[in-house]
Amino acid sequence: MALRAQPVTLRPVATWPGTCAALGVALLVLGTLTAVALRAEGPAGLGPADWSALRFTLLQASLSALFSIGLAVPVARAMARRRFFGRRVLITLLGAPFILPVIVAILGLLAVFGRSGWVSDLLALFGFAPVQIYGLHGVVIAHVFFNLPLATRLILQGWQEIPAERFRLTAQLNAGPRAMWRLLEAPMLRQVLPGATAVVFAICLSSFAVALTLGGGPKSTTLELAIYQAFHFDFDLGRAAMLSGVQLGLTVIAALLALRVPPGDGFGGGLDRAVSRWDGRGIGSRLLDSLWISLAALFLILPLLAVLVAGVPGLMSLPSSVWSATWVSLQVAALSTTLLLLIALPLSASIALGRKALGEVAGILGLAASPLVIGTGLFVLVYPIADPFALALPVTAVVNMVMALPFALRILIPRVRQVMQQNSRLALALDMRGTAFWWQVLLPRCRAQIGFAAGLTAALSLGDLGVIALFADPEVATLPLQVYRLMGAYRMEAAQGAALLLFILSMAAFWLLDRGGRFHAEA
Amino acid sequence: MLKLETMQVQKGDFHLSGSLQIAAGTRVAVIGPSGAGKSTLLEAIAGFQPLQSGRILWNGDDLAGKPPGARPGAMLFQDGNLFPHLTVRQNVRLGIDANRRLSAQEDAQVSQALKRVGLGEMADRKPAALSGGQQSRAALARVLVQGCALLLLDEPFAALGPALKAEMLDLVADIATDCGATLLMVSHDPQDARRIAEQVILVAEAVVSPPAPTAMLLDNPPPALRAYLGSDAGD
Repeated sequence: MALRAQPVTLRPVATWPGTCAALGVALLVLGTLTAVALRAEGPAGLGPADWSALRFTLLQASLSALFSIGLAVPVARAMARRRFFGRRVLITLLGAPFILPVIVAILGLLAVFGRSGWVSDLLALFGFAPVQIYGLHGVVIAHVFFNLPLATRLILQGWQEIPAERFRLTAQLNAGPRAMWRLLEAPMLRQVLPGATAVVFAICLSSFAVALTLGGGPKSTTLELAIYQAFHFDFDLGRAAMLSGVQLGLTVIAALLALRVPPGDGFGGGLDRAVSRWDGRGIGSRLLDSLWISLAALFLILPLLAVLVAGVPGLMSLPSSVWSATWVSLQVAALSTTLLLLIALPLSASIALGRKALGEVAGILGLAASPLVIGTGLFVLVYPIADPFALALPVTAVVNMVMALPFALRILIPRVRQVMQQNSRLALALDMRGTAFWWQVLLPRCRAQIGFAAGLTAALSLGDLGVIALFADPEVATLPLQVYRLMGAYRMEAAQGAALLLFILSMAAFWLLDRGGRFHAEA
Repeated sequence: MLKLETMQVQKGDFHLSGSLQIAAGTRVAVIGPSGAGKSTLLEAIAGFQPLQSGRILWNGDDLAGKPPGARPGAMLFQDGNLFPHLTVRQNVRLGIDANRRLSAQEDAQVSQALKRVGLGEMADRKPAALSGGQQSRAALARVLVQGCALLLLDEPFAALGPALKAEMLDLVADIATDCGATLLMVSHDPQDARRIAEQVILVAEAVVSPPAPTAMLLDNPPPALRAYLGSDAGD
């Protein structure tokens, strides 16, 4: 393109705001890290409990990745070669866990797999003992619930990217299932699986809310949970800091591995494209595919259904603490979403204009940053000057923004790049630059993507149960934290009602912002 | 007057050079085989391609270092001449000033330009709701308000049918005459050149030749042009 030849002058918008945004994020992540590192220079090394937390973190992340990927392959394969009623709905549903608040899913999973849940009831009919959900099993089941859909989408994308001509060719060669596997499926999986596994592994490493609710105890404590405990119960800043250092080392390694994944969007663009297939027509493979699709759908739908069923009675008589927590959560989400747009938009513009390094920095930092590490660092920094507990809500909003940033960038950058390519020349010819270009071209043309990114951030922030647990005093809570507290107080009906409210709020926030972006938008 | 002094442009592996002079108010067609550098020539004049050496002068003024928006005149590209999310009127307004709100007087100027190209009734439609010919008219309306001392057309009508293209070329010729514009128009079709251009610039084998009178050049084509035009050259 002609525009590349003279990059310095031919830019409709400046790149420095994006550079500043990236620096700000880097300063936040690295500054809190430094604060943690300085604090961690205590005498103590890793104690036995810390080693056990490290082992458990690695074990549960490995098992979760293994099961998620292992189950996702047959599900993705079935979805790739079958057209059936409700396929689009199922694909949309595969995206839902991403914005589903963890605490809501936990309540749903408890209702299905818990001691007095549906599965245990079923087993009791045949005289079996109830399922044990607390501990390693539970943590892995919850992680599979969240990551099986993601893994399925990533692998399904691999299947969809096999060119239609290849399927035509194998059909002409009359390739049977074994030949299909050898010619098309195995080579594709060899490319896709390592990356998908690394992504799921990285996500499970930073697991906090799942471990907080289903793990715990000396045998099933993740590093993030150990940081929280060192903080919350022992107020041992040095130990929290040291654990944060270990956690950070792990996530950086995992993020570096995961970043080698080809950057498919994983949000399902084009996943419902129909490819003509001539294979898999035998009765055996049809039954097998139906079985996998039904099982996956049940595994996803049942817990959500359980949240609805169990939540309705409690919804009618919610305690006032839930309503004040709802108000707090809405404020945090609004702040977090605003911050995200202020950071992500200039950043994606700069990246689209060729500042690629910024994107990589922001990507690595976003993936490697652990909410509790940032939280610990901010606490250490703020502690000498102000009451950290008073800053719980802004800190939560900022941390949520950092967590959502990599996803928002993945959504925004391709579109911003496209809009720049299509409109820069005309804008430059008309001498339209800076704010005029932002307001008249970039923002209106990226509305759908902005809405999507904002919706995602708002939903993630509404559902986040992480750093708020670290900071909040007993008087203040976000809605997820309030649900957790109600569970802890064995007020299950109120907890389930509040969880349903949280579920509805998250989905509504996502839907409103996403729809708002696409409303009356031109192609 | 537009003047190219030993202009040299490097675009990847491609190199283009040439010197020429075009008197103000002349209508010139730029023809030559595809890939020879016709668009690159216009991009260099419009400021989208930096010069490796040499100068481009407009009325004695060196254009070096001036961004595209600060150069004289207007350019129309093969496509993407209108912002699809803005109405025709909003698109035309950008020609007066893209960075601020317009005065009532300037808005009247926009309406007048729209009327001039026959789009008075369609000002509030978006480009997608217009036909190809109407989209070209909208872009020309913007050129009108942009101040068209120098008009650079990079085959903006290539996608139109022959009759519609002829109509647009006549409109361009009218506009150019009205405001005394110097016109540079890339074309594949020698008939386009005959229709509205007084002079023709041949761009072939990475060299820009100085303009020659249209009829003379097309009737007695030099070898490079003859090769491009094919056996029926000189009709």
